[in-house]
Amino acid sequence: MSNTEDNWLLKVNNLTKIYGHYTENSIINTGPEFNSNICPETGSIVACADINFELYPGEVLGIVGESGSGKSTVVKLLYFDMEQSLGSAFLKPHLNGLANILEESNQKKRWIRNYLMGMVYQNPRDGLNFKFSSGGNIAEKLIMGGNFHVGNIRNRATDLLEKTEVPVLRMDDKPASFSGGMQQRVQISKAIANNPPLLFLDEVTTGLDVSVQAKVLDLIRELQQDLGIAMIVVSHDLSVIRMLTDRTIVMKNGRIVERGLTDQILQDPQHEYSQLLVSSLL
Amino acid sequence: MGYVAVKGGSDAIENSLELVEFYRIRNSITPIEIEQIKSQLRLAVDKVMGEGGLFTPEYAAIALKQAEGEVFEAAFILRAFRTTLQRRFYSETINTREMFVKRKISASFREIPGGQILGPTRDYSQRIMDTKKASESTADIQNFLQQFESKIDKNTLNSIKTYAKVIDLLREQGLLKPIDKKENKQLLDITREAIKFPAARSARLQMLARAETGGLMAMGYASMRGFGSVHPTVGELRYGSVPVTVKDPSGKLRYIGKIEVTEAEMINGTSSSKKSEAALYTIGYGLCFGQNDTKAICMGILDTTMRNPDSNQPANDQEFVLYHTEGIESMGFTNHLKLPHYVTFQSSLKNVREEVERKKEVVPA
Amino acid sequence: MVENNKYINKYNFAFIDEATKKEIRRKLLKAVAIPGYQVPYSSPEMPIARGWGTGGLHVTLAIIGKTDIFKIIDQGSDASVNACNLRNFVQSMTGVKTTFDTSEATIIQTRHRITEEELNENQIFVYQVPQPEPLRSVERYENKTRQMHGEADYAKMWVSLYEQFVSHGDIMLGAGYPVKVNSRYIMAPSPIPRWDIPNLNLSKALHLFGAGREKRLYAIPPFTKVEPLEFEDIKFHIEDFKGSVCSKTGYKKAFLDEMYYDDGSTNFVINDSNFLDKLFEKEQPIQHENKYINQIAG
Repeated sequence: MSNTEDNWLLKVNNLTKIYGHYTENSIINTGPEFNSNICPETGSIVACADINFELYPGEVLGIVGESGSGKSTVVKLLYFDMEQSLGSAFLKPHLNGLANILEESNQKKRWIRNYLMGMVYQNPRDGLNFKFSSGGNIAEKLIMGGNFHVGNIRNRATDLLEKTEVPVLRMDDKPASFSGGMQQRVQISKAIANNPPLLFLDEVTTGLDVSVQAKVLDLIRELQQDLGIAMIVVSHDLSVIRMLTDRTIVMKNGRIVERGLTDQILQDPQHEYSQLLVSSLL
Repeated sequence: MGYVAVKGGSDAIENSLELVEFYRIRNSITPIEIEQIKSQLRLAVDKVMGEGGLFTPEYAAIALKQAEGEVFEAAFILRAFRTTLQRRFYSETINTREMFVKRKISASFREIPGGQILGPTRDYSQRIMDTKKASESTADIQNFLQQFESKIDKNTLNSIKTYAKVIDLLREQGLLKPIDKKENKQLLDITREAIKFPAARSARLQMLARAETGGLMAMGYASMRGFGSVHPTVGELRYGSVPVTVKDPSGKLRYIGKIEVTEAEMINGTSSSKKSEAALYTIGYGLCFGQNDTKAICMGILDTTMRNPDSNQPANDQEFVLYHTEGIESMGFTNHLKLPHYVTFQSSLKNVREEVERKKEVVPA
Repeated sequence: MVENNKYINKYNFAFIDEATKKEIRRKLLKAVAIPGYQVPYSSPEMPIARGWGTGGLHVTLAIIGKTDIFKIIDQGSDASVNACNLRNFVQSMTGVKTTFDTSEATIIQTRHRITEEELNENQIFVYQVPQPEPLRSVERYENKTRQMHGEADYAKMWVSLYEQFVSHGDIMLGAGYPVKVNSRYIMAPSPIPRWDIPNLNLSKALHLFGAGREKRLYAIPPFTKVEPLEFEDIKFHIEDFKGSVCSKTGYKKAFLDEMYYDDGSTNFVINDSNFLDKLFEKEQPIQHENKYINQIAG
């Protein structure tokens, strides 16, 4: 299905996050041309600014950049982990995309997070409750999605753990006793438990062994093909981007410097920073 | 009539109260006088006033006598007594610069305005048991007092002035961090409303002011040993009497008397959040009734730690510190375990027995 | 002994001063208007220790009038020592008539039990509450639990019940089983046994809860829906006395106390002392009915 003006899943406008006291000059005087995020006048930090993009159903969008580029900030803002300074975002399944989800009440935001979004963090401790069993973590998401039947909850958790290749026998164990790779898989199970249309993946394989990375990435790719979930994949690693994404956004110093089809960017990067990234791809 | 002896409970209580009275006086002939408790057990009286939250040495002494010397119990009696009293005024803010100083020291400077005045303190005594106290006579007391009085120079006594504070010096020199604009400056009255967290500073200081000394001491000590973020210096510690004034219905200020307080100002270094600003000092404040160095100092330590709740340490955690140093509540709840809980326990017994049954069936033959 | 006028204490009717009584009553009205919601209140100090019933006393003393008839029980018994102490206090501060007879009382203060005998619309039931926060076991911090209640974010509570089932095969909560009130707030009913929980639902009486130490009041107005937390397939159930009977009356359908004697023998006796007395005297008190009790044979 072709992507027309109207059938976007997520639309983001002018998303901006600045730490500290700022003026409009703070945005004007920072960015890739200045090679800096810090406003020379006020000392405020422009984590990201002017972020605009659309995401279509079933599509995988990559956001690539080095540390400090603002890529994680974008996703944290969209998942309501932090509050924006400026900007808006719209999700089609929520009120037909007419309400700015960033301005909704806490209760509505929680509903959106439970039913329409999933998030997998780089550090499993951010996404999992280590006091609950791994099945309990998935149960939490299912309960927040309105499921109050323990039998059904356990069946669904079993399915998800099988899908993510976590031994079902370990469903009642706490995540602290799992390896890093397995903790990530539990996080993934939890994130997709309610079949959300949108999944955020924030540096999910960074910090894992290379072989484990490969397996988790394979899993993500399979799940995406099976379930048709739209994803935003954040990574500093172009090889991850290459493997998982259809389109890519390149960020530097809090701004988007280039965007396009992943293949095109890899073959023919236009912005000098993208060229730098691509050339260092092994 | 009926299985449960109807009068059993009441009789048991009456008997136990009679026993309490018996134990209180059985080995005595002479009753202790309230005046004796007030003057010779002065520091116990001060502690009871501090934890009871009411400045009245006389009633604190009666409470101590009634409680056979148990400070928790006496403070409890005083708190309950306080509730029966009508509240007529809020006083004007007390200014400790007007204090008639009996003790004034600073660890931060060698010399301070007015000098270091040790006052009545056991800090530099040796804690050697003085068995002569066992045979103290009326004549001993009178002789000592006479000799002491003869050494006092009336002229010097009448010319004692009030003293500026050490922190005023720091403030003049621009070394004190200005008060955070975000700090909640609401003036609450914790005896009139329940506190919600995060608590305004006035609520925190009020709770600290009538907290139990031992609890505060444990938390202050923990903070210094690494379970809190603070190891401060005593900027100034004062003990003395301060005048109390109220506004009468016509708006005129009236002096109604004086109370004794111990005040501590603890100096902490701080890091600045902005590069353009230097790291300045903050003050942790402590104030309590009577002479109680330990309590005032620990109040000052905890005042500072609780301003940094993000530090993730027990002594920085407002809810942890304030809930658990409240002596009357802690004593009540820990002791409530003595109340019958057999219904609660029966309910739990059922669950555990059923689980044991369930797991028996699962074990393979 | 020398009479000393200096120390004569005069107390207001019901001990607490009128301004404070007014505050407590206003907070109680707010609590009744929002069933199950915890209302903070000043919780003045009492001559009774914190943790020993000051909250229940606050409620009783704020609402009691000269013509009320007062009953107080502890773990089901009128004669329990702490109940006696509190009864003496209320009586001496108000001069009201006191009774052991459930049906005669207009205000009943309780520690951790609801009477077996049914309550009617002329009665107010006052609970002594140790821990008013039902979420305390899953969240230590008061400012977080306040937010959780405000947003009806109860997931953590439900997951802890799920985890209990997973570890033990059933929900292991005993006394003080959390309930959902008026389909909105999760509430701590005080440590009453599960046996009593169904009697909160659509009760004819007014139920008021006082947590003195924690400084919270809450209420269940008459005829309010009160549902114990349960999953669709893991249901709430009351304590099962497995056919044990009261050794004094032969009655089965009441909460029983397990008794151990010097000679090594054990038996069961009805816990609710007034209910036991009435049955023993062959009176016919009307007992609370609910779907769980009705299933018990006999």
